[in-house]
Amino acid sequence: MGSSGVTGLLVAAGVLAVATVIGLWWRSRNGRLRVIGPPPSADRNGEDRDGGDRDAEVLAALGVVSGTPVTLVQFSSAVCAPCRVAARVCAEIAGSRDGVTHLEVDAENQLDPVRSLGVWRTPTVLVVDSTGRIRYRSSGAVRKTELDTAVAAELAATTAAR
Amino acid sequence: MLIDPRGPRFAAGVTAIVLVLVLVFESGWLALAQAAVFALSALSPRYSPYGLVYRAALAPRLGRPSELEPAQPVRFAQLVGLVFTLVAAVGFLAGQDVLGLVFAGLALVAAFLNAVFGLCLGCEAYLAFRRLTHRPMAARVPAP
Repeated sequence: MGSSGVTGLLVAAGVLAVATVIGLWWRSRNGRLRVIGPPPSADRNGEDRDGGDRDAEVLAALGVVSGTPVTLVQFSSAVCAPCRVAARVCAEIAGSRDGVTHLEVDAENQLDPVRSLGVWRTPTVLVVDSTGRIRYRSSGAVRKTELDTAVAAELAATTAAR
Repeated sequence: MLIDPRGPRFAAGVTAIVLVLVLVFESGWLALAQAAVFALSALSPRYSPYGLVYRAALAPRLGRPSELEPAQPVRFAQLVGLVFTLVAAVGFLAGQDVLGLVFAGLALVAAFLNAVFGLCLGCEAYLAFRRLTHRPMAARVPAP
């Protein structure tokens, strides 16, 4: 180990430091559910109506049935271990709550919807309301408690609107 | 084929240690040896040298896994690792130390993130790559 060994050691230490920061950042964001649509009390015919309508058309083409209180649209791919975890979480919530449907989409075979809906990672889970609007989304293995809370809130909003 | 996910995670840990040694000693031969390990693991998890160590020495003590994962993503990640360590090996052996350091460093990032955080970079990049190119890619490998 001459001076070259020192170089390699410094590179290794730097790489591990950077990777640790990346890992901590990734872990804090991965699978977190983000609010997309307006809150249930807000006017649903807001400014983003055109974009929302376009999304609704794309989602309908994927098999989202209008009028279903909550549809969990999950994009998955074959080369994706966390997709199985997300699928299990979505299926459990769909099975335990009335009015919730789980729709799993093979991202590799649906690249046009993947592009227009801005999906970059699998699994991506979209929480779609009864009008076909995306209300929440997450990428990475979705966190069950967060998803369940959001679904419950959305179901309550749908019931209140009737 | 379904496998115990703790096996590949253990393998990533061993790989990270080997890659640190590759960097410190700027050893093309060690990088080449790691590339051979990746090649065997990509062929089948059954042939993975680190996986054999895991199954023989660790799995019996850890008990049954709570869940299993598909082998295809793991094999895909091994292929990505193979490419990076091969370039690193060629770099060091051809005297292009910077090339070797860069690619061994990138492979170390991936192995470390997989071992410590359970983050599979190859899987994350897969859909983004497909979306950009819209070309078929040999990510699905024939079942053994």
